[in-house]
Amino acid sequence: MKMVRNAAGRFVPVEVNDKPQVPFPGVNKYRPKGRKAGALIPTVIDYPADGNKVVPDLKTALQKCGLRNGMTISTHHHFREGDIVSNQVFDICAQLGVRNLMWFPSASFPCNEPILKHVDSGVVHHIEASMNGVMGAYVSQGRMKKGLGVLRSHGGRARAIQDGEVHIDIAVLVAPAADQFGNANGISGDTNCGVLGYAEADLLYADRVIIVTSKLVPFPCIPIYLYGHYVDYVVVQDNIGNPDKIVSGTTQITRSPDRLYIAELAARFVKTAGIMKNGFSLQAGAGGISLAFTNSLARMMKQSGIKAGWVHAGSTKYVVDMLEQGLTRAIVDGQAFDLEAVRSLRDNRNHIPTSTLISYNHHAKGNYLNLVDVAVLGATEVDVNFNANVVTHSDGMMLHGIGGWQNCMFAHCTILAVPSFRDRIPVIVDKVTTLCAPAEMVDVVVTERGIAINPRRTDLIDATKHSDLPVRTILEIKQEVESLCGKPSRPKLTDKVVAVVKWVDGTVLDSIYQVT
Amino acid sequence: MNSQGIAGHKGRQARSDCWVSIEPTDSGGIKLDIKSKVDFLYKDSIHALVRKGLDRLGVSNAKVCVEDQGALPFVIMARLETAARRALPNNKLPEYLPETKPHKSTTRDRWRRSRLYLPGNEPKYMLNAKIHKPDGIILDLEDSVPPEEKDAALTLVRNALIALDFGSCERMVRINQIPAGLEEIGPIVKAGTQVILIPKCETAGQVKKAAVRIKEIQNDSENDNNVFLMPIIESPLGMFHALEIAQASSLVVALTYGLEDYTAELGARKTGSATECLWARSQIVNAARAAGVQPIDTVFADAGDTEGLKQNAIQAREMGFEGKGCIHPRQIPIVNLAFTPTSQEIEHAQKIVLAYEKALKQGRSVVSIGSKMIDLPVVHQAQRIINLAMAGKLSRNLEERTE
Repeated sequence: MKMVRNAAGRFVPVEVNDKPQVPFPGVNKYRPKGRKAGALIPTVIDYPADGNKVVPDLKTALQKCGLRNGMTISTHHHFREGDIVSNQVFDICAQLGVRNLMWFPSASFPCNEPILKHVDSGVVHHIEASMNGVMGAYVSQGRMKKGLGVLRSHGGRARAIQDGEVHIDIAVLVAPAADQFGNANGISGDTNCGVLGYAEADLLYADRVIIVTSKLVPFPCIPIYLYGHYVDYVVVQDNIGNPDKIVSGTTQITRSPDRLYIAELAARFVKTAGIMKNGFSLQAGAGGISLAFTNSLARMMKQSGIKAGWVHAGSTKYVVDMLEQGLTRAIVDGQAFDLEAVRSLRDNRNHIPTSTLISYNHHAKGNYLNLVDVAVLGATEVDVNFNANVVTHSDGMMLHGIGGWQNCMFAHCTILAVPSFRDRIPVIVDKVTTLCAPAEMVDVVVTERGIAINPRRTDLIDATKHSDLPVRTILEIKQEVESLCGKPSRPKLTDKVVAVVKWVDGTVLDSIYQVT
Repeated sequence: MNSQGIAGHKGRQARSDCWVSIEPTDSGGIKLDIKSKVDFLYKDSIHALVRKGLDRLGVSNAKVCVEDQGALPFVIMARLETAARRALPNNKLPEYLPETKPHKSTTRDRWRRSRLYLPGNEPKYMLNAKIHKPDGIILDLEDSVPPEEKDAALTLVRNALIALDFGSCERMVRINQIPAGLEEIGPIVKAGTQVILIPKCETAGQVKKAAVRIKEIQNDSENDNNVFLMPIIESPLGMFHALEIAQASSLVVALTYGLEDYTAELGARKTGSATECLWARSQIVNAARAAGVQPIDTVFADAGDTEGLKQNAIQAREMGFEGKGCIHPRQIPIVNLAFTPTSQEIEHAQKIVLAYEKALKQGRSVVSIGSKMIDLPVVHQAQRIINLAMAGKLSRNLEERTE
């Protein structure tokens, strides 16, 4: 495999899954050329005159879409750990004897483990997606033999579809409620998952689109999140996913006193640095510490009589509380993390859906995250130069997707709120195992052992200079961790690349190596 | 007779701890089997640490197994030492001590608003306790440690005192009831403890014995750092001896009490309004003040009821207490705030101290504000309030954290 050294000093392959790649040239250095991709031009002549696109089952729909060897099939992950339809799709493909498919979900979860047997058998050639838990471990161990894993952020995925970097042949989009024409939403069914923002790029750019719903509503479906004039077929089946499992590990507030302290410290930083002021905006993320941060900040806003302009969310009951208590004018919502969020989206006029194509797309005429004042995110590692990792653990094992993490780095102030070590494994390190965000993107690191501000952000350093915040250098924090834990040796990895990490613009930021 | 010695915890629940088994053999050297969750970062250093420890402890022939869940070196050392002692109960083994780090010393007059109890045999709670900013951290050898783990806890607590930086928190240990607890004083004083809590204290004699033991250790080890005592009274008899207990030694800096055993012995019913312990609380405050030591309130047992804690702490402050025990980090900011003077109190104290200084300058022996005469104890109390206000400079943030 031919490798080159990119602008971040990382070695990356020049070709991935038979496609030539652009090595990362630096933040905001890559300019795309040409025109956006497009789906086939359809005509109403080919579609039912009465608008009824319902077919008996998913198998029929896939066959009618012309399913054949080598196609790319996409799904979305709004049901997260409660997803069942992705697994059904590939069981059907196996049954039909189709081979060499590429699965291109917006993210994969441990519940998708049954698909790995279809990778082993050759029904699926490879998977390009954020890979969580066992899915990531499978790739890390070198078991996805035919192709490389390609990790993109949520925005990077939507952009890749728009730019034609990935062409989707068939998109299978679960929608909790839909009409016969294919108009659909995620809030007026019997099993709801809220916003359908991960699915928008798929809807617009795929050649064929199947809507899978468990509740057929009369035309017109109200409200409409996914427009039926992009849809080929509608499948109605009893079960489309388990909404109770939307709330997984990363979407519950932390109970650890140490992590609550980190969240509180991050909120105090935001307040002290003057970011928390009337009309400001914040990204409310998933992850135990981020949720607790939102909670702490909301309390401080209440005490100070401050109201936010808008919250970009990952919506949860905490963000919904903010809206309903008048602490924010609006929620712009890309993903519901609990059923309270689904309820609010239905009931609150100022709780509006967005999509990854709109909020996170780097190849657009602006995007929402560039407008956000502050985002608090997690990380598996941060190095002394402020480079950060979110996909691999220090042993090299890939266990998390990038999610919206890279996209949120474009907020005016990006805070990584992390413990300085976890069970003797340092989080503040000399060098990150995998580079997922270049140093200039990370403004502040908040740990239980103090706050480190990126030296590039002299404005934030000045704003907090005379405060009682425990501001230290990141090196001091690293040294304290090392004096406690001991100096770690570097884990041994093979030199075989099993996946690549892309930056938001599609350039290749780093390689992930097979573990020993 | 030698047998297998086991120490520590294993399994996924045992975060930041490790499990050590030592089976002495007659010959064949050391057979070492180490499984560690953090092998990929620390394999060589863990092996070296265990080898060095076995050598130091004089274990030369044994089958040694370690299962590690990310324990820090001082924890591995403690577990190894305990396992060796248990395997060789008839041998007199040396200690396997971590490297000593410099520690700040303590003073008699410092704020003891909050003190956080941590179970002495659980390493995971010790590592980050300082970040919650209690005035003191108590490593407990008594009720949170089952009888069969007392030796393991003592070794772990000793190592934690040596190896961990507790920041601005006073380093406290609750020993077992005297006389059993006397044996624990040696190791923990040498390891740098600053306050020893004497539980279930009933007589002045128990305090005196502890004080004598401390002096012996300090003389032997040429250690002249302050080590203070805080007796805990937990019985009706102890309550009647409260004044003598508080006056038993110059090392006593504070007096506190416990309610579990006390209410059981009284035959009282535990109530939310705490009427059953009104006399006990008053007795403790009066005895402590009469002896010139700090009266400290007991813990509030329901860690989930923050509003109840707040009311309870405010009431304690009104009664004259200067601090309160905590059993969960979330109680700390509430307790610190309750025992930190209000801005009116600080302003008033400033007026008194300024008037006193002015009087001194002018060579007057009588201090007054307006027409009101100020006595010297009042000036001292005012000075203490100002010191406290400076120690509690985070009070503004505290107010926010507790609404």
